[in-house]
Amino acid sequence: MQKKFDALLDSGDVTRRRVSLLQRVHLDGWLLLLILLIGSVGLFILYSAGSKSEALLIKQASSFAVGLFVMAVIAQLEPRLMARWAAGLYIIGFGLLVVVEVMGHSAMGATRWINIPGVMRFQPSELMKLFMPLAVAWYLVRHNLPPTFKHIVVSLLLIVLPCALIARQPDLGTSLLVATSGLFVLFLSGLRWRWIIAAIAAAVPAGIVTWLFFLRSYQRQRVMTFLSPESDPLGSGWNIIQSKAAIGSGGTTGKGWLAGTQSHLDFLPESHTDFIIAVLAEEFGLVGVCLLLLCYLLLIARAFIITLQAQTVFNKLLAGSITLTFFIYVFVNIGMVSGLLPVVGVPLPFISFGGTSLVTLLSGFGILMAIHTHRKWISYA
Amino acid sequence: MSSPIRLKDHARDKRLIHSRLMMTGVFILLLSMVLVARMYYLQVVQYEHHSTLAENNRIHVQPLPPTRGLIYDRTGVILAENRPSFSLTITKERAGEWQDVLQKIVEVLQLDEENLMLFEERVAQARRPFEPVPILFELSEEQIALIAINQFRLPGVEVAAHLVRYYPKGKSFAHSVGYVGRINEDELKKLDKVRYSGTHHIGKTGVERFYEDELHGEVGYEEVETNARGRVLRVLKRNEAQSGKDIYLTLDYELQQVAKKALAGRRGAVVALVPDTGEILAMVSEPSFDPNLFVTGISFKAYGELRDSIDQPLFNRVLRGLYPPGSTIKPMVAVAGLDTGVITPSSKVFDPGFYQLPNNTHKYRNWNRLGDGWVDLDLAIARSNDTYFYDLAYKLGIDNLHKYMDSFGFGQRVALDVFGESAGLMPSRDWKRARYRQPWYPGETLILGIGQGYMQSTPLQLAHATGLMATRGKWVRPHLAKTVGGVPVTDESPHPDIKLSNSKYWESVRDGMESVMHGARGTARKVGEGSPYRIAGKSGTAQVVAIKQGEKYDRDKVQERHRDHALFIAYAPAENPQIAVAVMVENGESGSGVAAPVAKMVLDGWLLGPTADEDIEPQTQETE
Repeated sequence: MQKKFDALLDSGDVTRRRVSLLQRVHLDGWLLLLILLIGSVGLFILYSAGSKSEALLIKQASSFAVGLFVMAVIAQLEPRLMARWAAGLYIIGFGLLVVVEVMGHSAMGATRWINIPGVMRFQPSELMKLFMPLAVAWYLVRHNLPPTFKHIVVSLLLIVLPCALIARQPDLGTSLLVATSGLFVLFLSGLRWRWIIAAIAAAVPAGIVTWLFFLRSYQRQRVMTFLSPESDPLGSGWNIIQSKAAIGSGGTTGKGWLAGTQSHLDFLPESHTDFIIAVLAEEFGLVGVCLLLLCYLLLIARAFIITLQAQTVFNKLLAGSITLTFFIYVFVNIGMVSGLLPVVGVPLPFISFGGTSLVTLLSGFGILMAIHTHRKWISYA
Repeated sequence: MSSPIRLKDHARDKRLIHSRLMMTGVFILLLSMVLVARMYYLQVVQYEHHSTLAENNRIHVQPLPPTRGLIYDRTGVILAENRPSFSLTITKERAGEWQDVLQKIVEVLQLDEENLMLFEERVAQARRPFEPVPILFELSEEQIALIAINQFRLPGVEVAAHLVRYYPKGKSFAHSVGYVGRINEDELKKLDKVRYSGTHHIGKTGVERFYEDELHGEVGYEEVETNARGRVLRVLKRNEAQSGKDIYLTLDYELQQVAKKALAGRRGAVVALVPDTGEILAMVSEPSFDPNLFVTGISFKAYGELRDSIDQPLFNRVLRGLYPPGSTIKPMVAVAGLDTGVITPSSKVFDPGFYQLPNNTHKYRNWNRLGDGWVDLDLAIARSNDTYFYDLAYKLGIDNLHKYMDSFGFGQRVALDVFGESAGLMPSRDWKRARYRQPWYPGETLILGIGQGYMQSTPLQLAHATGLMATRGKWVRPHLAKTVGGVPVTDESPHPDIKLSNSKYWESVRDGMESVMHGARGTARKVGEGSPYRIAGKSGTAQVVAIKQGEKYDRDKVQERHRDHALFIAYAPAENPQIAVAVMVENGESGSGVAAPVAKMVLDGWLLGPTADEDIEPQTQETE
């Protein structure tokens, strides 16, 4: 029955239901509205965090424009095409990571960039944030869900290999995000609970054994510092102590725009990038943080609806993974700045300064829009 | 038997995904609530705490620099200590227009304008926001008073007290203990930023450099609350720094002074060590310099003078001075000859005053042009007969020679814990091919047999090789630290000992070395005369400029700086060695005449103890 239906979808008897101008250009109104809303809030905060630097603002706004353009372009693509290209894209992304690994070594340092002189400069690890869920979803939908043991192992290999390369750059934050995007696909595909429980059950004793027998005392120290940065106030703990003071002193309603003192004077080293939420929390208080969170949740809710309404399994897995990874961005960033989570370099979506992550995030939403606006209905006419 | 082929069931797959999606939806809501709760905790529950801190006051984390470990000699004489010193610091963030403030400091203290540049450079080195950066050191009482009076004009400027390295023995240990200096930008890049966050000095050479990790200690920190002007109101949390480890050296202050005195102002190097343990007792490189100059930053002029001085006071002759070892390697060559069987203790060579290779007219001269007649091993060492050793080297060949000299530590770094040691050079066929793209010539083997030619060694290597003669081949790496933080130093990768086919050969060579000092025809018999203990020694001269064939070394013609270096090695007492010494006197010409008396004084100093009438003048110290 289902098969017949699919065949029907591919046939010429299908018409596309076009209701609005936005859908004609394959954009989703809700997503666009919320993105623009959060983005403009971001510019306001960036103006304050960046010590009223207009240059910074212009740079960020133009990155945003580029990102929106890329999003619109991606939204035009048929999701079926994406599925067809998934494997190729994954291989290209992986190859670029290898190139970075090799070049990084010759340059004697941690290189995340590929530099084509005069043309462009980009991070292959950012591409992988999108190619990863594409590839895993493409692989899993070729078989019945839930995945069998063999398919799980292959998917895990697909996830682990590029992530190891990214972690070696070293860029732990991106590596974790890429891994998360792949793992979410696995989870959504109905990975059986027994496997999840077994993995956790195996990881705990393995961790304990490693801790007791394989780590040297200085390595343990490093892990401890990573897990609780406040034990290292001269190193990474410095940021946390300062950001907590900034957030806490904001109170319920905040000190008002441009009136934050902690985040400006006592200078958070990364106040306009990863730690920008501290500026918002200081100047707009708990109310401001909650409103921003609400915006994020509305955006995620819309993405959820798109996922639910997606017509193919592949589309559902892809859209679900993009949605969940987006939430992880928000959660990890705010959790890290407020001292709940270890400090890994994860930006706050649409607000932290930085062009590359903006473009990647917006590309992800481009895919969501493509999935939503390329749905097909059987013509009853 | 084939399992049924399951068709893709899209409806079922979608149901599965939807159930998972719902689960994650709940999860997202829960986690969002966690974030809101966390923010509520920070911004509402802890609001009072944070807002009072933020109102006018701020929290700062200040590093507490650890106290650097002290350095003692083997008897507990302090060689490097920490002295309180006052320096002027500026905190850029509090100074406002900090360039103006620097200008005012220059005016108030009436300093040269050139200091302004230096100050700006130092301010630029600040490592974290709100860090006070020291810009001027060793403030005088008067300067402190001037700053205090003008404090109101100088926001962000403070006088800070801290500990600064001081070397009470000054010049005497500059080449062994070394010195600390301000951390420069290159070092800053390589350092552990956290560990050195409160530290401004780092070991630059010597023991200070080699044991930097141990001496430095672990940084502590305190979280303090300050007012808007930067005054500390109260300490919120304090985590004490851990002092660095103290180091006891193997050096002996008294013996070091004896050695320095024995050189009597001449340029040269003296190394003395305990053969059995490798403990370096004395390590003197003259002339020397005052390490205290480098601690707080030496002026360009003073540094230029030291650097450009023709006497090269900054040059560590013990570790980096490369000299042809000359005749001092004859005992080691003799060991090689005996062990390979090309000579026996009683085999003889006739010396007509020169040596010729078969089918070659080139004459390799003995230093005694008249010749010594029939020479056996004992006489060859005692007389330092070149002809005998030309013959021996020829019979050994370069490969054997290289093998044995290598086992005596030539051409490699021998010390365990000495910073900046030079490896010297022990030539071989491979080396020459790589270096000159030429084959090895037999003539080169001959002159290598008397320690001339390509071969280069440091005084430390000579002392170590002498120690090997004394211990009959027991390899211990020379070292400077006896204990670090109370723990004795150990050699992680010991060098294999030298094993001879017949251990009697050691005695044969020792007899020859004793004849040098006590024999009727020994080259250094004047020095050995009347010694209450038996000495095994060997003299040598290292050519500075080569002499052409048929030309005679005429000291009057040779410029003072081109005269030969005098070398001497010795260990004593010969039958139960307690100390091994290597002496190099630059342009001293005569190993037995100039270097041997120096070595004898050092041996006396260790074996007989400091004589009462020989007062060792205390080092007077000027830190200018």
